[in-house]
Amino acid sequence: MSTLSTVARKSDGAFPFASELTAVASIAALGVLGYLLFPDDLAFLTRLIGITLLVLSLDLVTGYCGIATLGHAALFGVSAYAVGNACLGGLRDPVALLGVGIVAGAIMGIVSGALITRFRGLPQLVISIALGQLVAALANKLSSVTGGSDGLSGITPTPVLGLFHFDMYSRTAFVFSLVVLGIVFVLLLRFVRSPFGLLCQGIRDDDLRAQMIGAVIYPRLIIMYAVSGAVAGVGGALNAMTAGVVGLDSVSFERSAEVLVMLVLGGAGNLWGALFGGIIFQIFEHIVSATNPFHWMTLVGLLLIGIVLFVPRGISHGVAVLWSKVMTRGGQA
Amino acid sequence: MQTIFSIGLDGLSYGMVLFIISIGLSIMMGLMRVVNLAHGAFAMIGGYLASYALRDLGAGYAVAIAIAVVGTIIIAMPLEVLLYRRIYRKSDPLIQVLLTIGITFVIIGLSNFIFGPTLKPIPLPGELSGPLDIGFRMIPTHRVFVIVCGLITALALWLLIDKTEFGIRLRASVDNSDMADSLGIRTEWIYAATFALAVGLGAFGGVVGAELLPIEPFYALRYMVTFLVVVSVGGAGSIAGALAASLLLGLADTTGKYLAPEYGEFFFYLAVIFIAFLFPRGLFGRAH
Amino acid sequence: MTDLLELNKVSRAFGGLRVNQDISFKLAAGDRVALIGPNGAGKTTLVNVISGGLPPTGGTLCLEGDDITRLGIPDRVRRGLVRTFQVTRLFATLTAAENVALAVMQRKGITRRFFSAATSAPEVREEWEKLLGTLGIAHLARITVSQLAYGQQRLLELAIGLALNPKVLLLDEPAAGVPHDEAPKILEAIERLPADIAVLMIEHDMDLVFRFAKRVLVLANGRLIFEGTPQAVTSDPEVRRAYLGSYADARRPA
Repeated sequence: MSTLSTVARKSDGAFPFASELTAVASIAALGVLGYLLFPDDLAFLTRLIGITLLVLSLDLVTGYCGIATLGHAALFGVSAYAVGNACLGGLRDPVALLGVGIVAGAIMGIVSGALITRFRGLPQLVISIALGQLVAALANKLSSVTGGSDGLSGITPTPVLGLFHFDMYSRTAFVFSLVVLGIVFVLLLRFVRSPFGLLCQGIRDDDLRAQMIGAVIYPRLIIMYAVSGAVAGVGGALNAMTAGVVGLDSVSFERSAEVLVMLVLGGAGNLWGALFGGIIFQIFEHIVSATNPFHWMTLVGLLLIGIVLFVPRGISHGVAVLWSKVMTRGGQA
Repeated sequence: MQTIFSIGLDGLSYGMVLFIISIGLSIMMGLMRVVNLAHGAFAMIGGYLASYALRDLGAGYAVAIAIAVVGTIIIAMPLEVLLYRRIYRKSDPLIQVLLTIGITFVIIGLSNFIFGPTLKPIPLPGELSGPLDIGFRMIPTHRVFVIVCGLITALALWLLIDKTEFGIRLRASVDNSDMADSLGIRTEWIYAATFALAVGLGAFGGVVGAELLPIEPFYALRYMVTFLVVVSVGGAGSIAGALAASLLLGLADTTGKYLAPEYGEFFFYLAVIFIAFLFPRGLFGRAH
Repeated sequence: MTDLLELNKVSRAFGGLRVNQDISFKLAAGDRVALIGPNGAGKTTLVNVISGGLPPTGGTLCLEGDDITRLGIPDRVRRGLVRTFQVTRLFATLTAAENVALAVMQRKGITRRFFSAATSAPEVREEWEKLLGTLGIAHLARITVSQLAYGQQRLLELAIGLALNPKVLLLDEPAAGVPHDEAPKILEAIERLPADIAVLMIEHDMDLVFRFAKRVLVLANGRLIFEGTPQAVTSDPEVRRAYLGSYADARRPA
């Protein structure tokens, strides 16, 4: 994670908006590729984008702050339920619903952050799990708000900008989600290179050192969690709006574990890893688990074991190491 | 009054099952500092082996337990050598979490492949399956059996760790493994033996607790966090801690399920967060 | 000369073990003080107590007249009480420039900003470039810390300390573990520290003490047994006893 983000930061000032433009171009390219490869399955791609936003959100706290959490789905699910309720309650403009998701996610983020970042190591992990399960149990119980095990359904937003209806083929949903992903990703790229983002990385590296330069740690981490919650909230909102339903799976432990796997696969701490990890994993899941979900489980298990043994920093780190080797060799020519 | 007694009895037996399964994990976490999310999977394997022995091989209950424990240890040891050794005492929790989740997933997939997705009951022998008359009430004999098993396990472990040579070496290795190494204590063997002990206990708990925690492929995932949470609350490496935490959390959960069943495990996890904040290293945890 | 730091009967005990007992001394602006003592005397604990990493079990600390005994580390740093670590603590995945920049930005309160690019803002860049230059490591700016040599890391620690505009600087064995060829740079850097700050340095190397310190504090068995010039230290009987034990008197002819 260090190599890739260092490579990114070293080009600071080289060409002002280099990475932002690369991001926009990449996401647009991915979108086109997706459209061509899965023309009849845009609903799947749309859902993929929502989850990828959750992976990005997890990267903020795990990759950039060093917080181990297996309860991140709560931020996603709570926002999805909030958006679902808002829509069913009459607020149906998609952009406004995004706003609802952001706020709900941020609030849940603050609550989570306040509890989870209080400790480090094992207690932190356990509290994150407990909080996630607590939210899941509540979601099951409060069926008037969440629909219980049946979930919420019939979430139908009004056309985007008044012009683009959410059609049956999910074309609008797909493009809308893609655009939102692009915007969020670019904003995050700037955010992680900001003074605040850099300080969080410092806290991750050595929190005593961070205190020794005068930073008070706990509030900073909570703020980062709020931002992470907002991003997760965007994902939850998109999913609720485009799928039309919200179920208990959005707050499940399985969801939390899944996104952690995706993040680690791609490599934590540089955002690109989260993006690609999320995309690659979900595409494979879509293809393989359709045949047999248990075989998929076995495969994921083997994949995890493989990653831990051979590429513990994730694929993006491996790529970054290769890239910098190539660059230095080229430079020495 | 009846309800309180029922809650107490069920909570106590659930707690004891949690204890028997979790104590192995606690010892492992205390010694090897491994966050092993696959522990539930080993308990599940024990359950599967016992079920197979009882129903397909026609073995007796005690024999089935023996097969389950020994069989699970045999299956688990290669994993110890090939995988677990790489994450002892060194890695950050995230790596351990990922590796052990991976192992769990593989075990779930394979269990389903071999045994199918249905629930596998573990039929109790006649003496244990009926009601027991304790004077003022009839209670399921099985509950008593489980509680007795838990107490015997606690006592046996205490004797093992406090009174035997193995126990002394174990404690020395926990306190200071480098020092233990230089004293000639073969820490690798201690780790392997401890791993076997942990897995064996887990398998035992999986078998005797099958009435409360039914055996099916998702068992490993369903209770993955339960055992980890119990160990953290109790404090890794502490028998008293694991016992206290298991009983406390078992009671909290059972009370919740009796009085407010729609809340599910809400109260269990609420208790966990509460205790974690008051005792971050666990009820009986030690600073490392 | 104003007193910057004042310790009044500061004690720190761990259970029954009294590591620091009734330590009192003052540091004024411009002071160059060395804190020496045999191993286990309690020097590092004292520095931890002064910097805020450990609360004292007795006594008070005042910085520029304000009682800071109950303040946490970040508050003390913001008031100008800065320490460096004996075993380097740096942000390992960040570059040298970023390490210093973070200290600068934290001091200026810029770390609340969410969107501007961190290290390249002009007022920040100016400072870290200057600091790295003063310590002779400007060429290492864009190198990740984990790839720096140990001596270079020590210099970076100093740079970070200075970036915080300290009034009182606590140096915990700044030259410890540094290879011989790199040690001179650190010594020069210490000599060139701003004249108006108070510097307290833990050291074992008496050459360094003589070269650098105008006053010496000697800690033994948790107590401050001597305060005076470097010249007087070597002949003080109490100090010799502390270092040499009962052999100190044995050198006297019968």
